[in-house]
Amino acid sequence: MVDVLTPVLSDNWDQERSWTMESYEASGGYSGLRSALGMAPDDVIAMVKDSGLRGRGGAGFPTGMKWGFIPQDNPNPKYLVVNADESEPGTCKDVPLMMASPHTLVEGVIISSFAIRAEHAFIYVRGEVLHVVRRLQRAVAEAYLAGHLGTDIHGSGYSLEVTVHAGAGAYICGEETALLDSLEGRRGQPRLRPPFPAVAGLYSSPTVINNVESIASVPCIVRNGAEWFSSMGTEKSKGMTLYSLSGHVARPGQFEAPLGITLRELLDLAGGVREGHQLKFWTPGGSSTPILTDQHLDVPLDYEGVGAAGSMLGTKALQIFDETTCVVRSVLRWTEFYKHESCGKCTPCREGTWWLVQTLARLEKGQGTEADLETLLDQCDNILGRSFCALADGATSPITSSIEYFRDEYVAHFEHGGCPFDPMAATLFAPAGATT
Amino acid sequence: MSVTSKEGQVEKTDLVTLTIDGVETSVPKGTLVIRAAEQVGVQIPRFCDHPLLAPVGACRQCLVEVAMPDRSGELKTMMGPPGRVKPQASCTLVVSDGMVVNTQVSSAIADKAQQGVMEQLLINHPLDCPVCDKGGECPLQNQAMTNGRGETRFTETKRTFPKPIHISAQVLLDRERCVLCARCTRFSEQIAGDPFIALIERGALQQVGIYEKEPLQSYFSGNTIQICPVGALTSTAYRFRARPFDLVSTPSVGEHDACGSAIRVDHRRGKVVRRLSGNDPEVNEEWITDKDRFGFAYARAEDRLTHPLVRDEETGEHRAASWPEAFAVAARGLRAAGDAGGVGVLTGGRLTFEDAYAYAKFARVALGTNDIDFRARPHSTEEADLLASRVAGSGLGVTFSDLERATTVVLAGLEPEDEAGTIFLRLRKASADKLRVVAIAPFASRGLAKMRGSLIRTAPGHEAHALEALAHDGEVALDAGGVILIGERLATSPGALSAAVALATMTGARLAWVPRRAGDRGALEAGCLPTLLPGGRPVDDAAARVDLGTVWGTTLPHAPGRDAETIVAAATAGALGGLVVAGIDPDDTPDPAGFRAAVAAAGFVVSLELRATDVTAAADVVFPVAATAEKAGSFVSWEGRIRPFEKVLHDSHALPDLRVLAGIAEELGVSLGFRTVDQARAAPTLLGDWDGARLSPPPPTPPPAIAQEAMPTDSDSDAAEGLSLRSTDQGRPVASAANAGLVSAPGSAGSTGLRDSAGASDDAAGGTGLEVHLASWKQMVDDGSLLDGADDLRATGRPALVLVSPDLLLRLAVSVGDPVTLTGARGRVTLPAAVADLDDDVVWVPASSGGLALHRDLGPAGSLVRIAGGAA
Repeated sequence: MVDVLTPVLSDNWDQERSWTMESYEASGGYSGLRSALGMAPDDVIAMVKDSGLRGRGGAGFPTGMKWGFIPQDNPNPKYLVVNADESEPGTCKDVPLMMASPHTLVEGVIISSFAIRAEHAFIYVRGEVLHVVRRLQRAVAEAYLAGHLGTDIHGSGYSLEVTVHAGAGAYICGEETALLDSLEGRRGQPRLRPPFPAVAGLYSSPTVINNVESIASVPCIVRNGAEWFSSMGTEKSKGMTLYSLSGHVARPGQFEAPLGITLRELLDLAGGVREGHQLKFWTPGGSSTPILTDQHLDVPLDYEGVGAAGSMLGTKALQIFDETTCVVRSVLRWTEFYKHESCGKCTPCREGTWWLVQTLARLEKGQGTEADLETLLDQCDNILGRSFCALADGATSPITSSIEYFRDEYVAHFEHGGCPFDPMAATLFAPAGATT
Repeated sequence: MSVTSKEGQVEKTDLVTLTIDGVETSVPKGTLVIRAAEQVGVQIPRFCDHPLLAPVGACRQCLVEVAMPDRSGELKTMMGPPGRVKPQASCTLVVSDGMVVNTQVSSAIADKAQQGVMEQLLINHPLDCPVCDKGGECPLQNQAMTNGRGETRFTETKRTFPKPIHISAQVLLDRERCVLCARCTRFSEQIAGDPFIALIERGALQQVGIYEKEPLQSYFSGNTIQICPVGALTSTAYRFRARPFDLVSTPSVGEHDACGSAIRVDHRRGKVVRRLSGNDPEVNEEWITDKDRFGFAYARAEDRLTHPLVRDEETGEHRAASWPEAFAVAARGLRAAGDAGGVGVLTGGRLTFEDAYAYAKFARVALGTNDIDFRARPHSTEEADLLASRVAGSGLGVTFSDLERATTVVLAGLEPEDEAGTIFLRLRKASADKLRVVAIAPFASRGLAKMRGSLIRTAPGHEAHALEALAHDGEVALDAGGVILIGERLATSPGALSAAVALATMTGARLAWVPRRAGDRGALEAGCLPTLLPGGRPVDDAAARVDLGTVWGTTLPHAPGRDAETIVAAATAGALGGLVVAGIDPDDTPDPAGFRAAVAAAGFVVSLELRATDVTAAADVVFPVAATAEKAGSFVSWEGRIRPFEKVLHDSHALPDLRVLAGIAEELGVSLGFRTVDQARAAPTLLGDWDGARLSPPPPTPPPAIAQEAMPTDSDSDAAEGLSLRSTDQGRPVASAANAGLVSAPGSAGSTGLRDSAGASDDAAGGTGLEVHLASWKQMVDDGSLLDGADDLRATGRPALVLVSPDLLLRLAVSVGDPVTLTGARGRVTLPAAVADLDDDVVWVPASSGGLALHRDLGPAGSLVRIAGGAA
């Protein structure tokens, strides 16, 4: 069982004061930086390309390829922006990583910036996690003191400034172009593309935007080689990654394993669904990925496997729900989140989520008919792929997937004239074995 | 928007061929799909899209199915989430070769997507169409009918807001109706440059908001109402006044400035209820100033004259008269006045071209004089020479399109945002691209900053020096790609006009004269100048007089005429027997008291006016005349473009000036040859294509030496240093964004050149304070009588403030907002102080705002005044 786990990013998390420079360097930290500074930037890009590293923020776009899009002949400065605006319900990998080992990210930022020839990098952190902001700021300060940042890093002639920027609490700012607007001091709303950020991103300059985990995965690739990295995972989904188990599971937390592990294996590692209960449904990668059920326990959790099962790997935020959970209620909660976080720019998202919440709230109270389900599905059909960015796509995922798998449960609400579940039973403080 | 070039021919290489709903079409590269579809006759529904605004793709109403050939040439439909066709926003998608577009006409997916968005837009939209101003002309209403479902499936609760809220005194916002297309906010930011409205909040609570500490003081705010695709933005002037289907719409031309903007006048039951922008890509595109939009209530003012008045011989009071009687009395009086020294004609700048022509002919034919002048504002002989030699009869010169294509535009004596709003918008538009705007002005105005312009800081009266220096300015590097725009105010700056001509000659830059009033250029063309006959024929050219006299069938007076100032002086002195005065506000004249005295002193005064004024009160015969909506006519824009318009209010019996003049002339036994506007338009000399000699350009007038008191003089610093500072300031543009504008260093209080009058013994005004030069012009929204009745518009105007330099503020020991008092030759005014990057010895006040009439209350621009902190 222990063989399955491949702690790399999380390897040093159990060290004494793992977040300090001292601890990080004691476990080999910043050796990747020294190697990288001895390489040609293009070779670093090639190495990341060869490793097969794909974006860990959800979309799974090949990281090295993204770096290769930066037009190096553009006279404007290049920027690296790290998307640390982790806000999706269920998603909880970047915050633990930055808390436990911020230097992994900082080292990744320096190597990645060096590769794309950026001389200023920004880490855009979700504003609510002040403790993370502080820890990052401390780590960046330590890196400056150690000469890992600043002018002429370790005599390489390469200079880099890093700015840790706290967002102001908007989920939409995790969308990369909204993040750029926010970083520039505007309201966070997605930008029209083209131009793409690689050509005209931050301050209209070529910009790479990567997720925290993607950037944090770079030092280990430089240290151990592309081949080492690509030896893990599956054919098209290389490497190891953080799986975050939460909800009705005995031992929730971060499980770092090669891509392609299954939920069945992860549940074994996590001690199974909470005692006395059975798995009912789960999200593979946060609330915006269509839910799966116990039929999908053996789906390989890589980009292709989850896609083939009708969902998305997303952020590998595995929220586990047992049979005490009302799926209608869960979906309503998620939809309320999307309504609250819709930026308002485009019609399908702004108006659609407003409508979806009201319909779901009514259905949860048992006030509806099967015809309402058809209307709900049709609303989702009119939102999915019609909105300006992917936020609204995510808002429809739980609804359409829950109706697909649990239509009977919706109908039960109408027949029952309300929710047939005891919401107390689903709470984590409910007595073990409670069923209703 | 046209997708073909002006010549109707497009280079083959610039074309992209695509198929829309099965129809193959070729459009220029860069065309948006939504516009390409218009070319094949397919109207894709849209809200946020606007041809003159940058694409945003926010409303998602224009979704269409798109397929494009991949690298192997195989057609691939653009897909979205796995397995689903992803319809594309046609307002943001640029055409490409081989693209296949299927709109709602031929794609069920596109149609459903559009229906879906429409349904979503309507769920939070109130069903108040029956009481909404937009109902009947509403893009949302119309497109809901064409591209929406008949009944809603939304049975839940709508979002509500209190309605309406003010975003300015003039513009109201009903947030419930707003579909958040961001046209208004994009207009404010991209076109007007007054981004004081912005989208705030998020989700369904997103709304247009204002920054309460910065009121929306935009001269162009009304355009947001017109481009709002729903009834969210309304004006206080029109809200709940009419239904669109009850209105009769007539194209017309704006009468508030010399730009000749195309407008649309909507009236109902003999009453103009609103005005909108017309669409004229060559002139004002689709935008007009708030003044052109909201300034129309003056024609229905209480004091509007309705019938002729004559002075009763016994009581000396005015009494109503019939038209024939008034004609007869006027003719009798004018004949007598003519015998007693002659009659002067002052026409003002508000007349139509046809009316101006009638005055010009009336003066020569019926009164036998060249004593006629349209310039009811400070003017000069130098100006008359320039107008005669370079402007009159020159036809269409520099155009708005030329401004857009120019590399550099130099502004002298012209603040476009205040004085010619359409020029401002065009310059601002072009300045986002390659145009450089350079202003010779006393300070960098907000308008200049919005035009991304640079300043050549110039004290009033010193424009000639700045223009001369420009010829040798390597940084501005004015050449044939440049344009010099000179405002009418430059007439008050000796030597400036001839310097502008010299600069144009030397650099090859084109020169254009921009007056403030709609009728100025037309009056010039019509011959309302003592030295000019219609069509730019010089009075002192015998051939020109014969040429015109042949057509008019008469002999023309050859004695040189008096200009307006001389006419006023002659009337006061009794040298003139009478005056004919058209629409003139005495306070606009260089010497209001002198003008009033002249009217009072003149033996016989005929006044043609819209409303009762000081002039009508003093006149012996008063004729009411038609406002622009009540007659046909033309304005000639600053470009030289003739802008004809037809009568809007057909039931109006008000007579145009030319009919009144024809009536008087007939009583004098002379025929003008026309009694109607149509007849005047048919007059062969109206458009006078005189191809004979023109007056020579103004002789180079030596600009005044820079007066010593205007210079930074100081016992601590020698004069040479002061001079070098001055020339640096004048010779090179100062970046408008970062111009502290301080000539003197902090701490050198004595070096600013300000003289404290305490020691001045011969202080004419008798006031105390520092002596400074007065700079001034009229703000767009001012106290002018054509804005009477448009109270809400007036409330959006900029307040009357005294602008001073930061150093002067310190020296006056006041703070921004504190009262300061100016004392000039004509009086004393107290206004709040504000700061601008002026020279330390120059102050600026608006010429006609907050009750201040500059010429009446203080003194002319360019004069010396005294400034002191506190109220008088």
